[in-house]
Amino acid sequence: MGSRASTLLRDEELEEIKKETGFSHSQITRLYSRFTSLDKGENGTLSREDFQRIPELAINPLGDRIINAFFPEGEDQVNFRGFMRTLAHFRPIEDNEKSKDVNGPEPLNSRSNKLHFAFRLYDLDKDEKISRDELLQVCRGAPGELVLGLCLLIIVGRNCSFL
Amino acid sequence: MLLLKTYRASFIFRVHPFCGDLAFAAASCGRVFLSFSSQAFYSVPAIFGVSFGIRKLYMKTLLKIFAWATLRMERGAKEKNHQLYKPYTNGIIAKDPTSLEEEIKEIRRSGSSKALDNTPEFELSDIFYFCRKGMETIMDDEVTKRFSAEELESWNLLSRTNYNFQYISLRLTVLWGLGVLIRYCFLLPLRIALAFTGISLLVVGTTVVGYLPNGRFKEFMSKHVHLMCYRICVRALTAIITYHDRENRPRNGGICVANHTSPIDVIILASDGYYAMVGQVHGGLMGVIQRAMVKACPHVWFERSEVKDRHLVAKRLTEHVQDKSKLPILIFPEGTCINNTSVMMFKKGSFEIGATVYPVAIKYDPQFGDAFWNSSKYGMVTYLLRMMTSWAIVCSVWYLPPMTREADEDAVQFANRVKSAIARQGGLVDLLWDGGLKREKVKDTFKEEQQKLYSKMIVGNHEDRSRS
Repeated sequence: MGSRASTLLRDEELEEIKKETGFSHSQITRLYSRFTSLDKGENGTLSREDFQRIPELAINPLGDRIINAFFPEGEDQVNFRGFMRTLAHFRPIEDNEKSKDVNGPEPLNSRSNKLHFAFRLYDLDKDEKISRDELLQVCRGAPGELVLGLCLLIIVGRNCSFL
Repeated sequence: MLLLKTYRASFIFRVHPFCGDLAFAAASCGRVFLSFSSQAFYSVPAIFGVSFGIRKLYMKTLLKIFAWATLRMERGAKEKNHQLYKPYTNGIIAKDPTSLEEEIKEIRRSGSSKALDNTPEFELSDIFYFCRKGMETIMDDEVTKRFSAEELESWNLLSRTNYNFQYISLRLTVLWGLGVLIRYCFLLPLRIALAFTGISLLVVGTTVVGYLPNGRFKEFMSKHVHLMCYRICVRALTAIITYHDRENRPRNGGICVANHTSPIDVIILASDGYYAMVGQVHGGLMGVIQRAMVKACPHVWFERSEVKDRHLVAKRLTEHVQDKSKLPILIFPEGTCINNTSVMMFKKGSFEIGATVYPVAIKYDPQFGDAFWNSSKYGMVTYLLRMMTSWAIVCSVWYLPPMTREADEDAVQFANRVKSAIARQGGLVDLLWDGGLKREKVKDTFKEEQQKLYSKMIVGNHEDRSRS
């Protein structure tokens, strides 16, 4: 008899994820536990509803966009590999990693990949550009919109001067 | 087994409505006597509150075995150069939580190269704060983990708690197998028999007491029948309970509030004190028990239709509380079972009545058996079976000093004050989240509050600038 979780997560898969994302063995096991506890349907994938069930995420003003970041183009389900790939962006940058693999692909948690991730949160239509409307979308939804509206347009106008 | 034969015999009696109670009582008495004589050694000391110290010895032996098992698993892990999985010591989130303003200021400070004599109102990098917060909650949040059983630091030789424990050697597997044998073939039948005894005694006893004329003798008998039966049920679960500060036990005309982890909470509290229960009328066996209990002493049972009417509920509770001869009411204000690592929002209904509140903190030790009832996963029967096949149910009960609502407090503040006292005593996390989030979505008003906070920060800065 082994443990319930690791019989579903094979050792080879664990090694692959470790190589791709850089998480440690125990971190991957821990996050797999979390993945299975979020997966109420028990079908090995997460849907948007599974994420929205987390109350602290549901009250985050950017909650919906963060959830969208997990799902690749047009898909409604994310499996564990995809889940880990997105989370890998948030690993702290370790300086000794730079020298490890100069010729290999850039690690998921590199500075530029992190910035790219944040950029994609703004860029709703995925055209690799942030438009003024997209920027306004982030500020929208706050109560007292009528009062704020003018102030925000000024702020956004200043920030969008480079477009 | 003798037990089964006499049980079958009781069904042969033709049950007419007006003497149904009597026939059932007679049959049950016969069965009870037989089962009693075979378990006298175990149950009689329980009734009189005497302990032979067997249970403490049992606990000590188990702890030693668990410690040995953990050592072996650690050794196995070291051989493969891996770290043993420990859910709480190896944290996954690096930074400590800070407030919205501080965090955003720090991000802006680290990103910007120009001097910040004019604080910007909105920066593109503000998004990092919300993004990080969101990711942290995806990896580990405070609320959803309260609705499933607590993960143990080290394995307690039950397959149900084995989420991620690996490196289980052959010796450990043999030990686990031995544990299964002991728990299912020795402890389980004994516990089931005791539970039958306890419940049938309760039904029979309270029915018989119900026929007595109202008076002090009836009260005395009722109290002792209740206590005796609950104590038998406690033994049926091998519940090892430590009561603290018993001088603060609830008195007549008060309300006893406690944190809720499972239906067993009721048995644990009622075996040390005499309470009036509050609840919904159920069908089946529960209904039989409820109807019998209310004959002996006034409990407050609501019909399903009445439960929705908050005014009616409040009125009945107030009436009960104002009658000083009536027993203290036992209420669980969380409204649902939480996994005993935290205390969630207390519903204000019971705190509006104006009676003295006697808080009680209950903390279970999950190493011997997790008492949390995950009602979306297990039904009542499955849950009871799991309880009876654990090693034991070990818990501590603290009776806190009574509290009353102060003049400048409203019901919600009073409820929060009581909740904090209970959380502090039991070593539980004090959360403001509603236990109802187990099944429902969070309200949009909370999201708007977060947006308000952020927009206040932006607009606040802008106003300062326009003024200067």
